[in-house]
Amino acid sequence: MIRTVQTKDITENIKEMCIEANHFLSRDMCAVIRNAEKKEESPLGKQILEQLEENLSIASEEMIPICQDTGMAVVFLEIGQDVHLEGASLEDAVNEGVRRGYTGGFLRKSVVGDPLIRENTRDNTPAVIHTRIVPGEQVKITVAPKGFGSENMSRVFMLKPAEGIEGVKNAILTAVRDAGPNACPPMVVGVGIGGTFEKCALMAKEALTRETGAHSEIPYVKELEEEMLEKINGLGIGPGGLGGTTTALAVHINTYPTHIAGLPVAVNICCHVNRHVVRVL
Amino acid sequence: MNRHIEAPIDKKEAKSLKAGDYVYITGTIYTARDAAHKRMYDILAEGGELPVDLKGQVIYYMGPSPAREGRVIGSAGPTTASRMDKYTPQLLDLGMGAMIGKGKRSPEVIEAIKRNDAVYFAAVGGAGALLSKCITSSEVVAYEDLGTEAIRKLTVENFPAIVVIDSEGNNLYETAIKEYCRTEENGR
Ligand code: SF4
Repeated sequence: MIRTVQTKDITENIKEMCIEANHFLSRDMCAVIRNAEKKEESPLGKQILEQLEENLSIASEEMIPICQDTGMAVVFLEIGQDVHLEGASLEDAVNEGVRRGYTGGFLRKSVVGDPLIRENTRDNTPAVIHTRIVPGEQVKITVAPKGFGSENMSRVFMLKPAEGIEGVKNAILTAVRDAGPNACPPMVVGVGIGGTFEKCALMAKEALTRETGAHSEIPYVKELEEEMLEKINGLGIGPGGLGGTTTALAVHINTYPTHIAGLPVAVNICCHVNRHVVRVL
Repeated sequence: MNRHIEAPIDKKEAKSLKAGDYVYITGTIYTARDAAHKRMYDILAEGGELPVDLKGQVIYYMGPSPAREGRVIGSAGPTTASRMDKYTPQLLDLGMGAMIGKGKRSPEVIEAIKRNDAVYFAAVGGAGALLSKCITSSEVVAYEDLGTEAIRKLTVENFPAIVVIDSEGNNLYETAIKEYCRTEENGR
């Protein structure tokens, strides 16, 4: 059976999701921040985590964006292969949703139309769109506005297979340590291991949209996530980078088969404002 | 130590601040981020005059989200300071008193802070809604065409910040991390 979905419905939903993501942090993120605040050993770190919680309340109650960097809109689309899209082109529909969300929702326009000429597009378009065709007749939309304080500290490492799991651990720690206070810790660390140069980066980004603190289904990867969270929190960077035991809130790792000659690792750093909203049409 | 200070800031006050002090800033400050810095830098290179006399001024690295109707400003937290490092020593030498941002600074900036008895504050990154509550007025005073990156004059009341780099060059980012670091390799 073919199901018809109007692209104008995609536009409307994306508009709402941009606004929602920037004012209401998802429940999973709020929970890990609250938990961290209880456990933080540094008094200043604890105070900063309390401020972050207060900030979240003010944002949602008074409709002030959680952070002034309302991000570049990253949009993941999983489109069922039995869906027929009707209306404006899919990309135009997504960008129109972003345009309406950012202009109508009092969000900051942080996108320049050309990376070197650097003129602001004034409506935060275009979005970065990742589309996947999947079985079924639904359209799953994930909107994840990404701030660049943390994006700028993200890295891709093309390791040698001989470097193995120790090499991966070092890569993750190096990226986090270098990010330090710049990435607005406590962070969420998304990691992609395997695939190719671009695949590992995309996996790392996707990992950030996972329910915060949920683990990989692969036993050794789950263990690696737990071990890395502990190691990262042992770095001492702490909330705001001002020292403490909470440097990361979660480490999410995705893996994929790779080439006999390679071991790509991407580390996508996100701040505590790890925004993701999901809707299924 | 908790301190209440005024902006603009005088050198004596700046000198008395120590890395780790928690301050509440009240008075007038100015915003400037990437594009405004580049423009000021280009103007100085051409021998022109800056739109704001920087003497003693506190510059906040911030580009707000738009204000809703009836509000002074939108979300208003700090942006990463290191992107301004290239331009900062010159502005400090021109008398800029302090900066508010987040994240590390270059050795050149730290030298210029020491040389000029200035101070670098951090505000909590990602707390823009909370920080916006301390801003009681906002007015674009230069480079309006830069949108969020324009230079704004802000009135702030008890704006919370932490002294990260003081006039002696002490750096809280380095000292505080060591205290909680549990790995052998240490915080580099
Ligand atoms: S890194 Fe995150 S919290 Fe920090 S300024 Fe950017 S979006 Fe906001």
